Amino acid sequence: MKMNTPVGANALDAEPQGVVGKPLDRVDGRLKVTGGARYAYEVQQGPAAAYGCVVEASIGRGRITSIDTRAAERAPGVVLVLTYANAPEQGSGNHREAHPVLTGPEVSYYGEPVAFVVAATFEQARAAAYLVHVTYEKASGTYALRPNLERARSPRGSDASPDSAVGDFVVAFAAAPVQLDATYTTPLQSHAMMEPHATLATWDGDTLVLHTANQMLSQGQKVVATTLKIPQEKVRLVSPFIGGGFGGKLWVNADAILAAIASRQLKRPVKTALTRQQIFHVTTHRSDTIQRVRLGTDRDGKILAIGHDSFSGNLGREQVFEGAAIQTRSLYAGANRRTRHRLVPLDIPVASSMRAPGEAVGLLALECAMDELAEKLDLDPIELRLRNEPTEDPERHVPYSSRHLVACLQEGAQRFGWAKRNPKPGQVRDGRWLVGMGVAAATRGNPLMPSKANVRLGPDGIATVKMAMTDIGTGTYTILTQIAAEMLGLPAERIRMELGDTLFPQASGSGGSFGAASSGSALFDACTGLRAKLARLAGMDPDAASFADGRIAVGGQSRAILDLVGADGIAADGEIEPGDTLKNYSQQSYGAHFAEVGVDADTGEVRLRRMLGVFTAGRVLNAKTARSQAIGGMIFGVGAALTEAMELDPRFGYFVNHDLAEYHVPVHADVPDVDAIFLAELDDKANPLKSKGIGELGICGAGAALANAIYNACGARVRDYPITLDKVLSALPAQT
Amino acid sequence: MKQFTYERAASPEAATAAAKAGGRIIAGGTNLLDLMKLQVETPSQLIDINRLPLDKIEETPEGGLRVGALVRNSDLAADPRVRRHYGVLSRALLAGASAQLRNKATTGGNLLQRTRCYYFYDITKPCNKRAPGSGCAALAGFNRIHAVLGASDQCIATHPSDMAVAMRALDAKVETIDAEGAERVIPITDLHRLPGNTPQVETTLKPGELITAVTLPPPLPGVQIYRKVRDRASYAFALVSVAAVVEAEGGRIRSARLAFGGLAPKPWRVLEAEEKLAGATVNAAAFDASATAVLAGAHGYGSNDFKIPLARRTLRAVLAEATRT
Repeated sequence: MKMNTPVGANALDAEPQGVVGKPLDRVDGRLKVTGGARYAYEVQQGPAAAYGCVVEASIGRGRITSIDTRAAERAPGVVLVLTYANAPEQGSGNHREAHPVLTGPEVSYYGEPVAFVVAATFEQARAAAYLVHVTYEKASGTYALRPNLERARSPRGSDASPDSAVGDFVVAFAAAPVQLDATYTTPLQSHAMMEPHATLATWDGDTLVLHTANQMLSQGQKVVATTLKIPQEKVRLVSPFIGGGFGGKLWVNADAILAAIASRQLKRPVKTALTRQQIFHVTTHRSDTIQRVRLGTDRDGKILAIGHDSFSGNLGREQVFEGAAIQTRSLYAGANRRTRHRLVPLDIPVASSMRAPGEAVGLLALECAMDELAEKLDLDPIELRLRNEPTEDPERHVPYSSRHLVACLQEGAQRFGWAKRNPKPGQVRDGRWLVGMGVAAATRGNPLMPSKANVRLGPDGIATVKMAMTDIGTGTYTILTQIAAEMLGLPAERIRMELGDTLFPQASGSGGSFGAASSGSALFDACTGLRAKLARLAGMDPDAASFADGRIAVGGQSRAILDLVGADGIAADGEIEPGDTLKNYSQQSYGAHFAEVGVDADTGEVRLRRMLGVFTAGRVLNAKTARSQAIGGMIFGVGAALTEAMELDPRFGYFVNHDLAEYHVPVHADVPDVDAIFLAELDDKANPLKSKGIGELGICGAGAALANAIYNACGARVRDYPITLDKVLSALPAQT
Repeated sequence: MKQFTYERAASPEAATAAAKAGGRIIAGGTNLLDLMKLQVETPSQLIDINRLPLDKIEETPEGGLRVGALVRNSDLAADPRVRRHYGVLSRALLAGASAQLRNKATTGGNLLQRTRCYYFYDITKPCNKRAPGSGCAALAGFNRIHAVLGASDQCIATHPSDMAVAMRALDAKVETIDAEGAERVIPITDLHRLPGNTPQVETTLKPGELITAVTLPPPLPGVQIYRKVRDRASYAFALVSVAAVVEAEGGRIRSARLAFGGLAPKPWRVLEAEEKLAGATVNAAAFDASATAVLAGAHGYGSNDFKIPLARRTLRAVLAEATRT
């Protein structure tokens, strides 16, 4: 089906089976906690695999003048050393199209693979990797964003338009009685997912099979085929379990291509995993940003002009920019608007999507600016947002598919005790802690991607679903089980979910918060087809039939569906395609974050004390996994606000703190009392499930709530994330 | 990781002999193994001392404690005698690493752990400590976690231990045995060296010399505090830490012991700062004077400039807490 018009009442609304939305435990939970879930690096298939280890370029830009592989080749266990001298010619393109490796002597970023050492064991490969002696002719490179803004250009050929304008922002801002003009910076970030990038490559004749940690298998299949110059149908990606991705595994990485090439040359399986240190350079990261937000209002806080300009950086040949101002196009009202994105070409590793690309860092700026504006206006920050609640998308002039930001703010305020907040900073003390509260809005675009599914009900009463969908730890297996169970009127135990293989119908994969909606809608469509077949066999009207407890019923009549299935079972295919509802409606999920922080009055250490997120994201498919997603996103936001930053050393063009000891993600002790709730909502313009994406909503705005709470606690308005104690120190009161 | 041979030492004497011959001693391995994977350390032989009988905590005739070199950080922190009489040490231990690491890490190994300088950890970067003469990348680089005291223009790395800072405040003594079987006692202040022109030489231990125990003197009177300031609530190295043992009564300070982590290449102690407090009236001016003495000559290198005001504020807060009535 194609989403051209809003869906009416449908089979999910009635919920006769009562499975959808319930806090069902993860159906793959037992496998995961018992080690039964095999991740890419754990797969053993075929003859004993050889193990590969990447050798990274240790310069930022330049040219390899020599590679001496002799010592490595002589090292114990080594069977192959790949360099550009013996690597095959590969297809090219940007990082979403191809991922060629070892293409020549040119080094275009630090950490770019310059060799791949394959040995009988990983330890032997790693030891030999250190024996590869590379000499370089260094070229001067451009590495840091800020000193190179004059090189910024308007990105072309990217997903979203870099610029937007409505009315006359410049004139309206200049004339606005109240103005806020502030610049915010956000740092380079690494996804820091738990499972490193890993691949087992095997060739079955001329067919390549990659067991690989990849979020979007159907896309990955194309990228691998383009890179290796083989037909797409000769590439199979298998990835039933993925230990987190956050965008870092959206595209194909060097591990997959290097393993594939080595396996072809050696005619045996080759396995590789990037080390944690390698991940920081060899794979993608989130760009840093420099964002200027300008808000002009009348004396009552009504926005007259809203402007958001953002700079980000990327490797010169790439066009992907961090869409930090995108949400500013639809979040608040205002007649005069302008957003601009500029991209600075740099000689650093590829910047790409990281959880909520755009909003995650854009809202760190915009929602902090709203807090600053509220103070200027002497208005409560929630009240300021209420006064600027739009009635339609202010830029596209189309209605919202559904929008309940106001309800989220009000419900959250009530639950969190917002009324107790003292608007004057630095007034609340709890022992050595200065305590403050902050609020921020959450919004995240709601994309839908083409996806297909197949469902087959067997004579054993088990419905088997197949699709090349992934579960990156979000709970996809579980929510798809619930959708199938609800639609077919079967208990969840009777659903078998087979995901993570490109032999199955093409699916959206996991990314951009589109996974559940896209794959779930395809499954909904397949189940709708299966229901129709069953109804016809039962001689019933498919539209009137209800499915529950293994029976199909219309009025007083019912039949056991197993009696209809027959010896061969019954199958149906389903499909979803995005359509006109994306054009005709402005689609976002929304929420509100409330944070209470303590700032140590002596040292400036910031610690979260409690946090609440209130969200609306259409139908919640599983109350438990949805809450986990939201909380996980909020914790991501805590890291963005307080600790996470890759530090670039412009002398070398590399990220200095490239391990988890010094790239600080939140640990348990940083996350005390965090809760998330979802308000009831159904979005009939989004997809037949009436759901919206939730995988990224939790991070959107979360960090800004902390930044605003820090200001409220101690009066330090830090516009340079992350807000580490050194940036707070000078604003602290004198010690007595 | 370079190939190496592995040998289990039968006695301290055997361990020291093998170590003098070029072997590297391994106990908990929580630092050494990481460094070997990155080839920052490339021993050709590991000498495992984990089965040596050095894992006891015993009371000394003087009324102190003798802590075997293989006593795990977790066990030392949890020992009731340590908790009762050496609270600053117990708290320092628990402020370090993670529970899993503390279960493995040993008392001797903790003292000898290497710096966490980013550039030291990356063998493609200049580092005088790792590759003498190659230069110091941290000096003009990103040096947020680096030293503001005791550094040299050859090396500005800090010693990362929390435990050692508390031991420095307590005036612990380090017992060793060398390759010839000779035993000696080294005051902890003399164990670690400042970098000077030889940052690769980090301790005064002779080749092969093995730490067998750390002795804590009899308990000190007063309030014991370990305050660790860091970028997240757990599992981060100290930006600044203060180990304090302060005895105060009737608005006057009788005595104070202060040691600092995160500031210098070794656990840092400035006796003058303690003397300024001894006999002083409890007030901000006295605290500040002490901080001034600690930070005399402190020098930042850019990204770590903040440590100087941070150390002053942290010390003042610790002294205020220790003397609060």
